[in-house]
Amino acid sequence: MAEQETGRRSDGPPLLEAHNVHMMFGGLMALHGVSLHINKGEILAIIGPNGAGKTTLINIFSGVYHPNPGRILFEGVDRTTMPPHHVAALGIARTFQNVALFKGMSVLDNIMVGRHLHMKSGFFSQGLYWGLGQKEEIKHREYVEWIIDWLEIEHIRKTPAGMLPYGLQKRVELGRALAAEPKLLLLDEPMAGMNLEEKEDIARFVLDANEELGTTICLVEHDMGVVMDISDRVVVLDYGQKIGDGTPEEIRNDDRVIKAYLGSVGR
Amino acid sequence: MNPGVAQERGRISAVLAHRTSHAVGKVERSASDTIPKLLLRRAREQGESIAIREKDYGIWLSYSWKAYLENVKKFALGLAALGLKRGDKLSVIGDNRPQGYWAQVAALCLGAIPVPLYQDAIEKELEYIIEHSGARFVVAEDQEQVDKMLALKEKVPSMEWIIYDDPRGLRNYRQPFIKSFTAVQELGLEFERDHPGFFEQEVEKGTPDDVALIPYTSGTTGNPKGVVLTHANLLTNVRLLLRGEQYLPSDQLMAYLPMAWIGDSIFSMIMLFEVGFTVNCPEAASTVMRDMREIGPTVMFCPPRIWENILTSIQVKMEDASWIKRKMFLYFVDVAKRVADCRLARRKVPLWLRLLHALGELLVYAPLRDNLGMGKIRYAYTAGAALGPEVFQFYRSIGVNLKQVYGLTESSAMCTFQPDDDVKLDTVGIPAAEVDIRVSEGGEVLIRSPGIFQGYYRNPEATSEALVGGWLHTGDAGIVDRDGHLKIIDRAKDVSTLADGTIFAPQYIENKLKFSPYIKEAVTVGQGREWVAAMINIDMEAVGNWAERRSIGYTSYTDLSQKPQVYELIHNEVRKVNASLWAEEQLRKAQIRRFLILHKELDPDDAEITRTRKLRRRFIAQKYADLIEALYSDREGVDVEAKVTYEDGRTAVIRAHLKIRDVEVLQ
Repeated sequence: MAEQETGRRSDGPPLLEAHNVHMMFGGLMALHGVSLHINKGEILAIIGPNGAGKTTLINIFSGVYHPNPGRILFEGVDRTTMPPHHVAALGIARTFQNVALFKGMSVLDNIMVGRHLHMKSGFFSQGLYWGLGQKEEIKHREYVEWIIDWLEIEHIRKTPAGMLPYGLQKRVELGRALAAEPKLLLLDEPMAGMNLEEKEDIARFVLDANEELGTTICLVEHDMGVVMDISDRVVVLDYGQKIGDGTPEEIRNDDRVIKAYLGSVGR
Repeated sequence: MNPGVAQERGRISAVLAHRTSHAVGKVERSASDTIPKLLLRRAREQGESIAIREKDYGIWLSYSWKAYLENVKKFALGLAALGLKRGDKLSVIGDNRPQGYWAQVAALCLGAIPVPLYQDAIEKELEYIIEHSGARFVVAEDQEQVDKMLALKEKVPSMEWIIYDDPRGLRNYRQPFIKSFTAVQELGLEFERDHPGFFEQEVEKGTPDDVALIPYTSGTTGNPKGVVLTHANLLTNVRLLLRGEQYLPSDQLMAYLPMAWIGDSIFSMIMLFEVGFTVNCPEAASTVMRDMREIGPTVMFCPPRIWENILTSIQVKMEDASWIKRKMFLYFVDVAKRVADCRLARRKVPLWLRLLHALGELLVYAPLRDNLGMGKIRYAYTAGAALGPEVFQFYRSIGVNLKQVYGLTESSAMCTFQPDDDVKLDTVGIPAAEVDIRVSEGGEVLIRSPGIFQGYYRNPEATSEALVGGWLHTGDAGIVDRDGHLKIIDRAKDVSTLADGTIFAPQYIENKLKFSPYIKEAVTVGQGREWVAAMINIDMEAVGNWAERRSIGYTSYTDLSQKPQVYELIHNEVRKVNASLWAEEQLRKAQIRRFLILHKELDPDDAEITRTRKLRRRFIAQKYADLIEALYSDREGVDVEAKVTYEDGRTAVIRAHLKIRDVEVLQ
């Protein structure tokens, strides 16, 4: 599928730019002057050994941490110090390394939460299921059902999320993030702890989201096989610094990367 | 019943009465002598009522008969625009969806022939069938199926067009020969503008003797064979069955069995038009049980496999239930069994038992039926293979009108059925009207009926073996009992004798084993041997659950299957089977002496069972020859190395040490 080009545009200004990003936790320098950009419509993978600063970077992109010093531009606008809920409103959605679903709520309701940003009706209108609230509920339910169908989770639509096996919870989380119709989707280890079949499923959903919905995707992942298969570009971090940035082929042949990372997994 | 229909049936039977011994019954030329003509009639007479439903995006989408016809017509004309000609073959592959049926009926409207495929068939099987049938068009459900077809495109040049229904993931497939279902329908609209009346003319051209369907039988040996069936075969067979069973236009049917299976074609594509009831397509294979509960089907068709699975899941759930529920369930199931016994023996049910039964209906049976989505069932059927009498009786005793029917793809499905007031546990019922059944001297069941097929497609040798003097040789061993009921014992070639001459019908014993919720599949051997041995597949769900409750840790199927505790569990089940064999005088010597538990599930991808889950004995005997030898030696275990084929075609090797157990035999 590599030759298919929809959703893989790299022309125009980058969707997100990070300039000289530093992040300190107490005395620990987690990120040390990292600069990178995410092009519109691409799948960018961030890889690196444990503690390289990958999740920190994702957290900075989604507004949980604010870099100091450093600048983050989204669609050309500086949003360095924006809090997470404003970041979400800009069109950035994410999933978490450790699943963060509402365990007591059904799959349907969990994904519905992802639609929150697109709801305009007020608390009372929604609570009474009347007027605008009712109209909106139907509209958003339709979108959520579309996502359920798309992720092939019809059979667990009404199951409480906490009762699901891990692999399915991850899938539901992906669904919730997609429900926000994000411009940029941040995936923090979407395949961690999955078996081969589950990984292949998720890889397919990620590719489909990119191709069908045109969502730009930035993922952190440890499984080299998956990363090399589905990404357009790979950024390599090591001890808080960027040591590689290029296509999967380039990364595979980059001496510094091989030394720092790939060499250690025997590739 | 509609008087017109009754009259027509009368006419058909009058015609049939005059048929020659080996000619197929003729349907007189009329306004409803082909499947497409029936569709036109339905759309005219009950255009607004619902023909087919599909659950999608969490809601049921309904299509009226008018909409059904409209969709079929547009698609048919689209096919014509793409160059479909009379006599061409069109394959469909995918789960049950309205589009799958529309495509087949559209082909029929233009005089082309549907060749439905099993959606989980592996590439080699698909290649054979598409190549052999010469299908020019394939309607594939989604990306998965389209990818399979693309892989075949090079090897099978006769396949010209691939039409898909679900566009997801297919956006960037730019090949000119791939089209979407809706795009073809749009072509159809254009075609209609240029050729008004074309569709109606083509439908009118159809005759009852046109070939209407070529399903490929999965066959327990060799390559699949294409069974050529005409409109007359299918329609007459359905109409004859309807003389015994009273279906109503208000009936609801769930279409969830493979479209390539003749039973599904008969009900969801033919009976549908004849009776005018509603067919419901589930949302996904994994939601069938839930969707079924929402629809509350009134007519239901399951292979024995599914009846066994449902029963197993009930048993597993009851084991997990609180003790009071469990006790209540067991007690009332026993009450129901005693009542059913009385009724089967045509004895009067004592008053106190009737009262208890009424109480049970309130407390257990009705809620249970409702939970299973069987609350409204009027007719439930099992066919395809033998269903153990114990399982059969369970459903009847909780008030599900379950009946066994018997038929082959070659006989347009059903040719015997059990009348409502004459159900026996161990028979497949009496022949339907106009069906002659005879047992040959060798014990093989022979059938002659208007539904008998025209022959195997491009395979005269197989045809001449199966069809002799108008009689279909079924390959099943059976007997006709005193009341005229047909009883199927086993596949004729499988029935044999032990060394001492005792009759050995492997399937019969296997069904007894499979009644245990813990045993999913079993293979018994014993032909020409001193005694019977068994190889058993545990049921992962039931045994896994059992192991969890006893805190027995396990990693994989193979690991679980070889746990000593699991052996103990299965040992007990085998003991029970031996006790029940001992109770039947002729089978006393066919008790199981030794067994082992297999390290992997028998799988159609490994060619061990067919897609309809019948054992391929000869193949198993070859593949597991080492295990069988070990069973008949005095060894206590055997090492195996098995190659397994995954669904994507990759293979892997599983190694395991299998233990062998001796079982006590009752004398």
